[in-house]
Amino acid sequence: MSDTMKENNNTITIDGREIPFKEGQTIMDAALAADIYIPHLCHRPGLKPHGSCKLCTVEVNGRSASACTLPAAKGQEISNNTEALNGVRKTITQMLFVEGNHFCPACEKTGDCTLQAVAYHLDMLDGHFPQFYPRREVDASHPGIVLDRDRCIMCELCVRTSREMDGKDVFAITGRGIDAKLIVNSASGKLADTDITTDDLAAHICPVGAILIKEHGYEVPIGRRTFDLHTIAEPGVEPVILRKGKHADEH
Amino acid sequence: MSEQMRRVAIDPVTRVEGHGKITLLQDADNRVHEARLHIVEFRGFEKFIQGRPYWEVSTFVQRLCGICPVSHHLAAAKAIDQLVGVEELTPSALKLRQLLHFGQTLQSHALHFFHLSSPDLLFGFGSDVAKRNIIGVIEKYPETAVKGVKLRKYGQQVIAAIAGKRVHGSAAIPGGMNKSLSREERNSLLADIKDIIAWSQDAVSLSEQIHMAHPENHDFGKLNTNFLGMIGPKGELELYHGGLRARAADGSTILDQFDYRGYQDIIREEVRSWSYMKFPYLSSLGKEKGWYRVGPLARVNNCDSISTPLAEAARKRFKAFANGAFVQDTLAYHWARMIEALHCAESIELLLGDEDISGDDLVVTGEKRDEGIGVIEAPRGTLFHHYKIDEEGMIRKANLIVSTTSNNQAMNESVRSVADQYIDGKEITEGLLNHLEVAVRAYDPCLSCATHAMGKMPLQVELVDADGRLVDRLTKGSDGRIERSM
Repeated sequence: MSDTMKENNNTITIDGREIPFKEGQTIMDAALAADIYIPHLCHRPGLKPHGSCKLCTVEVNGRSASACTLPAAKGQEISNNTEALNGVRKTITQMLFVEGNHFCPACEKTGDCTLQAVAYHLDMLDGHFPQFYPRREVDASHPGIVLDRDRCIMCELCVRTSREMDGKDVFAITGRGIDAKLIVNSASGKLADTDITTDDLAAHICPVGAILIKEHGYEVPIGRRTFDLHTIAEPGVEPVILRKGKHADEH
Repeated sequence: MSEQMRRVAIDPVTRVEGHGKITLLQDADNRVHEARLHIVEFRGFEKFIQGRPYWEVSTFVQRLCGICPVSHHLAAAKAIDQLVGVEELTPSALKLRQLLHFGQTLQSHALHFFHLSSPDLLFGFGSDVAKRNIIGVIEKYPETAVKGVKLRKYGQQVIAAIAGKRVHGSAAIPGGMNKSLSREERNSLLADIKDIIAWSQDAVSLSEQIHMAHPENHDFGKLNTNFLGMIGPKGELELYHGGLRARAADGSTILDQFDYRGYQDIIREEVRSWSYMKFPYLSSLGKEKGWYRVGPLARVNNCDSISTPLAEAARKRFKAFANGAFVQDTLAYHWARMIEALHCAESIELLLGDEDISGDDLVVTGEKRDEGIGVIEAPRGTLFHHYKIDEEGMIRKANLIVSTTSNNQAMNESVRSVADQYIDGKEITEGLLNHLEVAVRAYDPCLSCATHAMGKMPLQVELVDADGRLVDRLTKGSDGRIERSM
């Protein structure tokens, strides 16, 4: 939180619980500060809000809004953990699964994957919709990083992290709607021709395993992965950025 | 098809897994001239792992099978070790992999014998299908059934302790393993191991007694074949790593202590239009004479000894049955299978007592290469995984010879032999169906596990004469009832 933010006595109410917020905070910021979990995928504390995944949709005084983009304001009555909203969130999550190629059983991100953890949290038991099976390109040109677009959910965390935290501009989303895809800012379109390194935060920020460090799969045994030990809704799980080879219980 | 031939098709209508179909080709004298066990499932793993990262493969390919995923995991892991330039694992990693594989083989063998095959062997091949399943065994022979179920469970517990899950876990990583076993995990497994060894001995006795008590079954699907398998440096039974040994039916050596990385120099694969499963053969002997059998029967026949004392004593009794020559009885697969299960149980006890499996030196690294070949003795036989990668680390080419593939020709030959013995003129009988299933199941439960999982596999049998006319159709419904629908 910025030093310029000033405390005030304003409060908002989420599912009947009154919590304080500071000037400049979004509903999501205030909720996370109060250890209230609002499901989300494209939000990450420290990055500019994006508002694209719509998983954090809440009802504010009866109207739908994205918790990650809407500023908290005095007197807001917010519904979050309701059957209706979680039903919509589950449908959104199912759509994310079928629009990509998410094969959890063999994916090296399984157990550490935010999308999978959100799906478990929402009691998602199947994809419900027919699979799209899109044909997407794997870019393994970089010596240390592999880009597997099959798993990309277009959250732009990598795009924003590269710009805002790494001071680079490695990733971008191009196209619209179902034709949207993750691209790389280099003349060849290959990751190898960018200035990304394995030390960049953007190489580790991906919540779903679309961007992975090469040659290091499955090093964390089952039982010690992040979501073997925690649920996505637990306070403090959110900011954990997993480094390859680190066991979740070593953080 | 010759005009003098008739075609008998035994075609499962639906199957949850292991979809197989048998066609019997008869000549004008109603003798079964040829049997074709069609494998009509297309797995396609060799193709769809192309373009995937090599370090993902060992976890990916274990999905080939739900009974022996660990074998695929470890065969791929051995190939990947070579891709990362690792020739020798740390003692901890090696012993953990061996322990994992013993657990795998024990649970698979217990499943194969007790759950899937013992109903045939205990009740008779033609007995009531409603009772010829594991539930029927539990009712009539509760002590035997419970021991079998617990043996499998224990093997799965060994797997779960190492790989995190009983089925489709994660354990092997390039150059090693991702975890060791804690003292608590070892002690927990050691608490039951004496019972497991004792029950494995009982299983050997049971399989031996069944074989001895039914001399009429000694020729059931019997073949005189070559045997291929892995052996240790002293010629002992070896399931995880060793050289290849092939011996001819007369016991003479075709090859010995052969480095499996040269497998393409000794094995060729023939493709036949009617099956997705290839037909491997030893190239030095050619297609006609080069086919061979793998799996427990091959391994126990092929080895000079077994390193653990109880299994070695059992092996000697097994060898004495054929007066030291190869035991070629197809149903002796089950006897050999239980000897191996006993060896697994004894080996698990030894490894659980070894401090190395609690060590934390688990991974070694090396200089990356573009090709890796891993071979392991899976429960059903020698398993080959061969990968080539590009400079970016993506799989460029994959070749897998799975155990059942190596037994392909042998299964066809056993089916032909049994069909010729039991088919009655131009009529297909339920007894014939049962006997064909028993022959296949001696080698592999995967093609038929739906049968005994519930005892209710739907089957359709069609009889087509030399002119292509359908002359008979027999349907076994999912309720076990047989109907002639012509």
